[in-house]
Amino acid sequence: MADAIADTRRLYTKPQNLNDAYGPPSNFLEIDVSNPETVGVGRGRYTTYEVRLKTNLPIFKLKESSVRRRYSDFEWLRAELERESKVVVPPLPGKALFRQLPFRGDDGIFDDSFIEERRQGLEQFLNKVAGHPLAQNERCLHMFLQDEIVDKNYTPSKIRQA
Amino acid sequence: MNFFGFGQTAEIDIVLNDAETRKKAEHNGEDGRKEKYFRFYDGETVSGKVNVTLKYPGKRLEHNGIKVEFVGQIELYYDRGNHHEFVSLVKDLARPGELTQSQTFDFEFTHVEKPYESYTGQNVKLRYFLKVTISRKLSDITKELDIVVHTLSTYPDLNSSIKMEVGIEDCLHIEFEYNKSKYHLKDVIVGKIYFLLVRIKIRHMEIDIIRRETTGTGPSVYNENDTIAKYEIMDGAPVRGESIPIRLFLSSYELTPTMKDVNKKFSVRYFLNLVLIDEEDRRYFKQQEIILWRKGDIVKKSMSHQAIMAAQRFEGSSNPEKSHSQSAEDGKS
Repeated sequence: MADAIADTRRLYTKPQNLNDAYGPPSNFLEIDVSNPETVGVGRGRYTTYEVRLKTNLPIFKLKESSVRRRYSDFEWLRAELERESKVVVPPLPGKALFRQLPFRGDDGIFDDSFIEERRQGLEQFLNKVAGHPLAQNERCLHMFLQDEIVDKNYTPSKIRQA
Repeated sequence: MNFFGFGQTAEIDIVLNDAETRKKAEHNGEDGRKEKYFRFYDGETVSGKVNVTLKYPGKRLEHNGIKVEFVGQIELYYDRGNHHEFVSLVKDLARPGELTQSQTFDFEFTHVEKPYESYTGQNVKLRYFLKVTISRKLSDITKELDIVVHTLSTYPDLNSSIKMEVGIEDCLHIEFEYNKSKYHLKDVIVGKIYFLLVRIKIRHMEIDIIRRETTGTGPSVYNENDTIAKYEIMDGAPVRGESIPIRLFLSSYELTPTMKDVNKKFSVRYFLNLVLIDEEDRRYFKQQEIILWRKGDIVKKSMSHQAIMAAQRFEGSSNPEKSHSQSAEDGKS
């Protein structure tokens, strides 16, 4: 008394090219934030981090790059992306102003554990942002990741066809 | 005399003539609870008996007339006062007078038109019911019996597959295909997703069934979207050239047929939403409308003659399940 059995056979599919199946995927993008180094002396000290990128995405000019950036550079990038793109930009690890006050028991913003926490947060931030298809269109992101120096007087623009 | 409950009153009971043989169907109430009601098709006769039982035997019940109505109405929740009746039939059972004892009245609404399917939704309800009214000076005595109406369709003549290439330039290109555009409520959606370009890190992919209920007209249109089902079809990261099959059985879900512009008051439409989610929880999606329709039951000997007529009118003569108009791989994975 059951209805006729429905035809549930799969639709026809093209066999996959073995190069596509076993070759490197086209979405390879790895960003590491590491090697914190404190530069300068006295009150003018600041910490820089190495931002290393490895990718096979055509939108990035360099398949491998390594630059040094400080926290204020990350802040600049976040502000640019918020203003120029429609992306909901994830938050950065904290600014830790209270750590910059005098008379602390520890090393303040040069404390090893703080730097490590901040390093992790910056790495998470960059991986979230750099993988976003819309953020990848912004000149500021590419300049931050792959240019030697961040030119804060640049002209904001969109990247067209890599 | 009818004060403080000393006056005569009566209980009304409505019994259908084919209550033994007529099938019942489950229908959701406004509160979400499911109940079973007698199921009718368009054109079927609604006939039965009204039993009026006096509460105090021996006392008379004075009344201004007894009638039975068959009503089909649309009720918009934001405008409860105004019911839109699209079917309204009346039969007088008794002229004004008095009942000296409990009595039974016969009624028949012959070949009643029931143009729309019963529907209880988020903002609108369409229902059919019998209503008996004993009119009295101070307060009427009424009783309602709800029924459920199903609208049947035939296999559509034209039922093309849906095939489309969509994506984000240089990031993600997919081609999706669903084997039909019109599915009956117990059908299976067979399809596939073919990846042409994958430059993002996908974590999984799912298909959602969304019901969109539209009420109101003109500037005050209100759309209510409800996700009826979420069905994961892929876990992990695909690469270029990979095909992911889809096989989604609709009978597991509570669906109604697609209803377009019912009595110009509301619509109920269904969409398949293909959703891809990447490693950072970003969602990429493509929505596609499908038409749902109700297929008639297989004819059984126990059905009433009229139900048989109704079902036979709607059984398709062709059986598309047996046709091989679509090339399909024979069991090869």
